[in-house]
Amino acid sequence: MDARRPAAGVRRTPGSRAVIEDPSAASQQAVESVLADMARAGDGDRGVVVDSPPGAGKTTLVVRAARALTESGETTMIIAQTNNQVDDLIERLAAELPDVPLGRLSAEAYTPPDGVNRLANVAVDTGIDGLGECRIVLGTAAKWARVRDHHRRWAIVDEAYQMRSDALLLVAHLFDRGLFVGDPGQLDPFTVVETARWTGLSYDPRLNAIDVLLAHNEELPTHRLPVSWRLPASAAPLVSRAFYPFTGFQAGTSEGTRRLEFTTRGLRSPLDDTLETARRAGWALHELPARHTLRTDPQAAEAAAGLAARLLTRGAVAVCERHPDGRPIGPGDIAIGVAHRDQADQIRRALAALGVPGITVDTANRLQGREFEVVVVVHPLSGRRDATAFHLEAGRLCVLTSRHRQACIVVARAGITDLLDAYPSTDPIHLNVPVKFPDGWEAHQAVLTQLTAHRVSAPD
Amino acid sequence: MDSLNTRLAALRGGTSPVGFSARTIAGLNENPGCARRALLDASGADKDRIGARVGFPGRFGQSPFALARGRVFEEQIKANGAAQLLRLLREKLGLTIEEAAYLPLEDVGDNTGRELRARHTTAQLLRAAREGDDAGTLFDHPMLRLRVAGCTAYLEPDLVAFQVGGRFHVVEIKSFAVIDGQVDGEQVTAAARQAAVYVLALRELLADHGLDPETVSHEVLLVTPADFTNRPVVSLIDVRKQLAAVRRVLARMSRVETLLDALPEGVSFDLAPDDDGDPTRDPAELAAALHQIPARYRPGCRAHCELAAFCRDEARCADSLDVFGPAVGGMLGGVDTVCAALGLAEGTRAPAEDEAEIARALRHAETLRSGLG
Amino acid sequence: MSGLLTVLEKMHAARTGYARPLRRFRHHHLVDEPLVIVPLKLAGEAAAPLGCAVGTDPDEPVLLTVPQPRNRDLQHAFFTDLAHVVLGYVAARQGETEEVVPRGGEPRLRYADAPQILVPNRPALDHLGLTGRLTRFQETEDDVPLLGRWLTFFADRAEYPGSSLALALTDLLTAQWATGQSDLEDANLAMLLAWICPPEGTTGAAAAQVAENPLDFPPAGPATDPDFDGLVLQPAVQGYDRAVDAGDPVAAARAEAKVREAVTSQLMPTWRLMWKGLRRLRELPEAAGCEQRWAADRDRFTRHVDRIAEGGPPQPRHDHAVAAAARLATLERAQSRFEAQQAVDDPFVLAELRTTGEAFGGTVVAGEPDRTEVTAKGRTVLRPRLTVRTEDPVRVDDDQAYVCPDRPKQNVRIREIAEDESGCLLVLDVVSGMGTVKKPVPIPEPGETVRYTRVPPQWGGQDFPAPEETPWTHGGPPPGSEEPQGAEQ
Repeated sequence: MDARRPAAGVRRTPGSRAVIEDPSAASQQAVESVLADMARAGDGDRGVVVDSPPGAGKTTLVVRAARALTESGETTMIIAQTNNQVDDLIERLAAELPDVPLGRLSAEAYTPPDGVNRLANVAVDTGIDGLGECRIVLGTAAKWARVRDHHRRWAIVDEAYQMRSDALLLVAHLFDRGLFVGDPGQLDPFTVVETARWTGLSYDPRLNAIDVLLAHNEELPTHRLPVSWRLPASAAPLVSRAFYPFTGFQAGTSEGTRRLEFTTRGLRSPLDDTLETARRAGWALHELPARHTLRTDPQAAEAAAGLAARLLTRGAVAVCERHPDGRPIGPGDIAIGVAHRDQADQIRRALAALGVPGITVDTANRLQGREFEVVVVVHPLSGRRDATAFHLEAGRLCVLTSRHRQACIVVARAGITDLLDAYPSTDPIHLNVPVKFPDGWEAHQAVLTQLTAHRVSAPD
Repeated sequence: MDSLNTRLAALRGGTSPVGFSARTIAGLNENPGCARRALLDASGADKDRIGARVGFPGRFGQSPFALARGRVFEEQIKANGAAQLLRLLREKLGLTIEEAAYLPLEDVGDNTGRELRARHTTAQLLRAAREGDDAGTLFDHPMLRLRVAGCTAYLEPDLVAFQVGGRFHVVEIKSFAVIDGQVDGEQVTAAARQAAVYVLALRELLADHGLDPETVSHEVLLVTPADFTNRPVVSLIDVRKQLAAVRRVLARMSRVETLLDALPEGVSFDLAPDDDGDPTRDPAELAAALHQIPARYRPGCRAHCELAAFCRDEARCADSLDVFGPAVGGMLGGVDTVCAALGLAEGTRAPAEDEAEIARALRHAETLRSGLG
Repeated sequence: MSGLLTVLEKMHAARTGYARPLRRFRHHHLVDEPLVIVPLKLAGEAAAPLGCAVGTDPDEPVLLTVPQPRNRDLQHAFFTDLAHVVLGYVAARQGETEEVVPRGGEPRLRYADAPQILVPNRPALDHLGLTGRLTRFQETEDDVPLLGRWLTFFADRAEYPGSSLALALTDLLTAQWATGQSDLEDANLAMLLAWICPPEGTTGAAAAQVAENPLDFPPAGPATDPDFDGLVLQPAVQGYDRAVDAGDPVAAARAEAKVREAVTSQLMPTWRLMWKGLRRLRELPEAAGCEQRWAADRDRFTRHVDRIAEGGPPQPRHDHAVAAAARLATLERAQSRFEAQQAVDDPFVLAELRTTGEAFGGTVVAGEPDRTEVTAKGRTVLRPRLTVRTEDPVRVDDDQAYVCPDRPKQNVRIREIAEDESGCLLVLDVVSGMGTVKKPVPIPEPGETVRYTRVPPQWGGQDFPAPEETPWTHGGPPPGSEEPQGAEQ
């Protein structure tokens, strides 16, 4: 094998932009064809890869696949990347497969939440030996890496684009074939180690698990879930175009299915203007005056916290296909997304000062895979003098602008257009490293263009 | 457009314009936020001589050894009708043809004027594109044209290969070594940016004549020596991102009018050359003209702009944080100068309303610092 | 690491015109007799040597030059000479050994000494790596392939955070001092040293401006000044070529001396700067953690000597999949350990981390030294608690243990952060090193000033599969994987 052969770069199916008439059927069909490929897998076959854009029913697919494997008599292992992901999955599985014994492989220091401990068909153990009877065993990649002398025919690897390939190397001996599921548009894994030593190698340990897997197993069938059930009709086209340029997707719900309403009247204030814009358009840009600031810009933090709090005081109600008569939005339905941890700390303090508990505030990294009704985003470039590669990374903006079911509100200082204009395009090129799309600059530009149409100017 | 050209010419003054090359066009993207550089480049002013005249001669020489190495390697690749290259292309691109035509476009009869050569190149390339069933052809040193800020830039790629799967491929011959499949990222990136300019020029040529611009591939062929030998290898490089970047910067060039509008009356970079071409412009006056246009100095400018030393000096004199590089400025929010930052840190300067946050952070750091003794 | 404290020091440096210290201690061990190497290469070539100054005596460098750097035979002669110096130096470190008995492990021997290579800058380290790559696969009977293996060893170790086997002087200096110029200018050894030890009577800032002129201060390499190449070197090399073509040995010798003189003129200023910088660094006290890191270096050195003695193959062109993953894990662990250890050892580093909230300090306002807790298993254990008032922007990491450098055995965790207008109150639980209910170890008392930083992570890590068990996801076993290759674990 030529180790410096280019990693899989051209495997994605060219974007078929045909409009899907029946999203449910299309989703269903995509899942069925994945299951069919899995059922067909013979001795030499190594599994299936599924690309899933934001909210495209990845968890539903994992549950369906686990059920199908169990029904055909297989024992399965499920590998997720974080404890939260494992716990979320096990709750879904326990509800949908109440008769199947499930195992939760857990680290000594980790206490699963009460929700998991209460599940009747779930056994929790720190070692695989205590879970031998379980048809499906779930754990984090880090925990599975410590398992010895265990083997299952099938593994389901969830959030595989968030998994670093060296983590896959440590668990791959445990199974023969896998269903690898993940969202290619989100943040790539990273390392603090700077070296060019492995650049261009097909198995560069810093690459994500799927890039490495496909570089060595080009024949693996790759599927794509075509419909986002999370993103509303107002958001799916932009997110698809900006972040998934070659593999578009569309919203599962149509215009008007999702709706925000306020039960109390607004004032003529910038906050309420912004909320009103978001209610109408599904997007809003809450623009503060241009100024260079620290990344912990107090006004931006205040605005983000204020918008989230105001959403609650206005008695926002979300109407959607699940709740056609509307459901009041609570703190748990709102997230505030930022680029840096100190920004998150600052906004948490601002929320505490406003006396509003329960709203999720986190960095893009930690919001990956999560879903909310309304998301308030502090734009990664807000107040900056320079656009760095970190702040321009397409995956970061993609995570932040694709978590919502109803509306996304972006808080930013004016001047981002100039910043983008002034930013030299200096993405380095390396031999045998496939170029990644989308380009961060282009993605930012696309999102900004959309946001500018929904701008509310606010004072400091 | 003409009025723009007149205004730019006036800015440049009596000096003849410096033409654009693929390298300088790609270079426009190095610091696109710098108005000073944008105006100097757009007007065709000679930054090197201007820098020297105002007391900051640049150092942009290339080693004769590096130049010789590049020349020798290119000659080796092109020897015998580019025999070595053809063999490589057959391997890399699955070319089935045994022989391919090798068409040197460097000289057109006795006349090697750029415009004439460009017309000759156009004719040859168009014929190849229209009569697509030709055997493969390697066009050596074609002369291409590209409009930059209303002027025509003449570009000369090393080679353009045609009929590799019915498409044109730009070939870049570089003498930096690929070792165990790896090469210095900066050098490949520079090569890719330059190649993207050629791809764009080729695509515009086809589009201008009603042909499909996509016939020019976004994959360019980089030919370099392998390991520590003279053995050439070909690498395919995807320049789509660089292509988009070149398009962006050219679009921005056409907006230089806004920059011109912001200039005070009578600003000129004229070197006022005498009959021997030596500049006679008063250096202080020339420097004053440069100071009229805002610069966006970055320490990295040194690698690609002849005026970098002048701008650094300006930043130093202004006590600007820019001399440390963008990361430092980025950490200090709206504070622009060393003096202001230290004043806030030491409490000798009352923070403005929007400086409260950074003042607190700086004072905290200063307290920690002085606590260390 | 570049936090607000570093930024502030840079600005103080700019204002005063002199470099400012960023560390109280030096965190790399310096041996008494390092091997200094200043390499130069020919422009336009990957690794064609032009010359180098090498040696352990500041007054007597070994000067090696190549009159026609493109000539392979002359290159080889250069490598043979270099091998003589480097291998001689390495052999001289293989004298005394000491026995190490790890807890629960086999006793092993390691050399009491190890080599240390010092070069001017990062590009010079990369150049040593390339030279190692060029020479280690050569199939000659002399010492050149062995030189290649050692240079590769040094270049590999240079990547390893905290290792002192191969170091770039600019790295050591920039870790220690802040200057009033940019990082790019700090990469210029002459300009950097000008700020740190300017000549008598001038400021560092003024000296740095002077040092920027390559005519007076030739580049520290490995690339040479293009003007020097054009005006001096090229005529000299051409003169050598002409003399050789003419078959005139006397003229050739004269021409060779001319090249040598030219190259020496570019080497010697840097050679002198190297020793000047080294002298300055030696004046600094060594951090406590150096001893342990240098012991690890000596272990690596010992293993590499053994590996060569056992007839093992040269390092491969690139790591196979398992070796790459294992090396990455090792590097990541080493980096986080080195960073955390520096903060424990050095108050400057800890203070820098306080500006970002990764470390914190303040005054103890309350303490419950007798506090106990009942564990899940029903045992009563001592869990003293203290409350600290701080003005630092503390950032809470889940599961992070902190340590106070003055009480290195006692670890705490943050239980709670309560904020008020004048800062915040941290409630800390002492989770180790508190002793027992019967024999409690004292904890900080109210009124005491304390500082805490992250506990350096322990050694230990993953078990990686053997190369021949490389899984299908990563392309299966590499060819020839029955032989042990790649990163040493």
